[in-house]
Amino acid sequence: MTNMTLKTLQRRQFLTTLSTGLAGAASLGLGGCASLIGDKPIGRVVVIGAGFGGATAAKYLRKWEPRIEVTLVERRERFVSCPISNLVLAGSRRIEDITLPYDGLDKYGVRRVHDEAVAIDLEKKQVRLARGEPLPYDRLIVAPGIDFQYDAIPGLAAAHDAGRVLHAWKAGPETVALRRQLEALPNGGVFALSIPKAPYRCPPGPYERASVVAQYFQRAKPRSKLVILDGNPDIVSKKGLFLKAWQELYPGIIEYRPNSEVIEFDNRAHVARLETEDFKADLFNIIPPQQAGRIAQPLISVNNRWVGVEFQGFESAKAPGVHVIGDATASAPAMPKSGFMANNHAKAVADAVIARLTGQPLNDSPVITNTCYSFVSETEAVHVALVHKWDAAQKTLAPVAGAGGLSAARNALEATYAHTWARNIWADVLG
Amino acid sequence: MNTLIPRQPALLLSGLLLLCGSAAVQAQPAATGTATTLPERQVRTWAATCAACHGTEGRDQGAIPAIAGRGADTLYRALIEFKGGQRPAATVMHQHAKGYSDDELRRIAQYFAALPVR
Repeated sequence: MTNMTLKTLQRRQFLTTLSTGLAGAASLGLGGCASLIGDKPIGRVVVIGAGFGGATAAKYLRKWEPRIEVTLVERRERFVSCPISNLVLAGSRRIEDITLPYDGLDKYGVRRVHDEAVAIDLEKKQVRLARGEPLPYDRLIVAPGIDFQYDAIPGLAAAHDAGRVLHAWKAGPETVALRRQLEALPNGGVFALSIPKAPYRCPPGPYERASVVAQYFQRAKPRSKLVILDGNPDIVSKKGLFLKAWQELYPGIIEYRPNSEVIEFDNRAHVARLETEDFKADLFNIIPPQQAGRIAQPLISVNNRWVGVEFQGFESAKAPGVHVIGDATASAPAMPKSGFMANNHAKAVADAVIARLTGQPLNDSPVITNTCYSFVSETEAVHVALVHKWDAAQKTLAPVAGAGGLSAARNALEATYAHTWARNIWADVLG
Repeated sequence: MNTLIPRQPALLLSGLLLLCGSAAVQAQPAATGTATTLPERQVRTWAATCAACHGTEGRDQGAIPAIAGRGADTLYRALIEFKGGQRPAATVMHQHAKGYSDDELRRIAQYFAALPVR
């Protein structure tokens, strides 16, 4: 080693220590450390929301381009997974099994800020927080997930706020509370599960929920019934596989009612109003209609509910420099709102943001895939797979003809794969 | 940034000195942080879609086959057989492999073959 390089190294080590001290004093996260050791920082990216999309984007940005400083804003202290949460309702998994820490992201140099993003200042290029100072950005990634449209079902907000009618469609305390309600349901009690009109988060999710709760009823309260009030004209996803499972595994337990959108809830009488009748049940689980999460709502441009993006780089149609991924986006044709998809969006957006900040061309052949497992019982699962590719003529991520498909039949191997998939994707999202 | 000071800055500071050093080393893995050309970025991004099931960089933690560090020819042959429907007992891979050209599958196989197993 020459004197010159030794000096440089020492100077670098000194700088490292100094910057470490500053970063340590300034925040919980480690942003800035790595980038000051290597080349000069080339840009600041703020990511709002640390779900399947946002946390993955933050990790892969740092993994692929350590010269970018990444700050990840998330109000929750821990990640709770929606996938597998139906098994918590059924009693075969605990909430602890689907609750994970965020600190695995620290080793990538992602700076975590546990605060709430309350506004995006497009002119100043800053994210305003509920408690902390505004965060400046060169590029912004917004991954807020969904919010519920309680106004669409008058009376439901009051029933929800009173803790009587839950959605449990964001995993967390409501998952635990709905499990308690199911446990408290007397043998012979009727449980009604209401599904909103598509599009909503996780198309097969409600039917998986019906399946595994039916198995719980079969074992613990065999005289109970589960009625699916579907706002859609038919089962939205994996129809044949679900129907066969219900008929063969849970005969007489599940009743499926299409075109049965709940349009009002009478909290006093505990009755759901449908178009043509009033429906009474001992326990309701109503999944309300959904829209882009609140922080992204000023960017909504499709059907008054979703954020329109271009699918090469997921940049908002309304705000250049602001990328939106995951369930909040207006989906490409046949693309479901799923954690798997959000995880894939995140990698495409990380590459696009790196391209923009380094002056490279966008990827002209991005691929987005999806493998969605659904449990039809504690031990058997089914899947749907999809491959979407950039179609330059249509300017969208179009399904590749001939690719993708469903399970031939429900089977035990896919239940094992589903659990392994969950572990692997959680590790891919959270470090 | 003053308002982001954690509740116990003095305590955290000493821990962070260590953490930050290791973060710096790990944040720049040679195999993944160095793609510069568009073809390199493309294959890296395609391969990353596999990670959702097979684990980050193909390092699976359970029942799904790990693919990091396997022979490029072995991986390529498997993908082509999946694509052609010649692998018995395929669950999802025959449906995914059909989404890619043979050349894309070869590049993905070479990408995973070049990654360390652990």
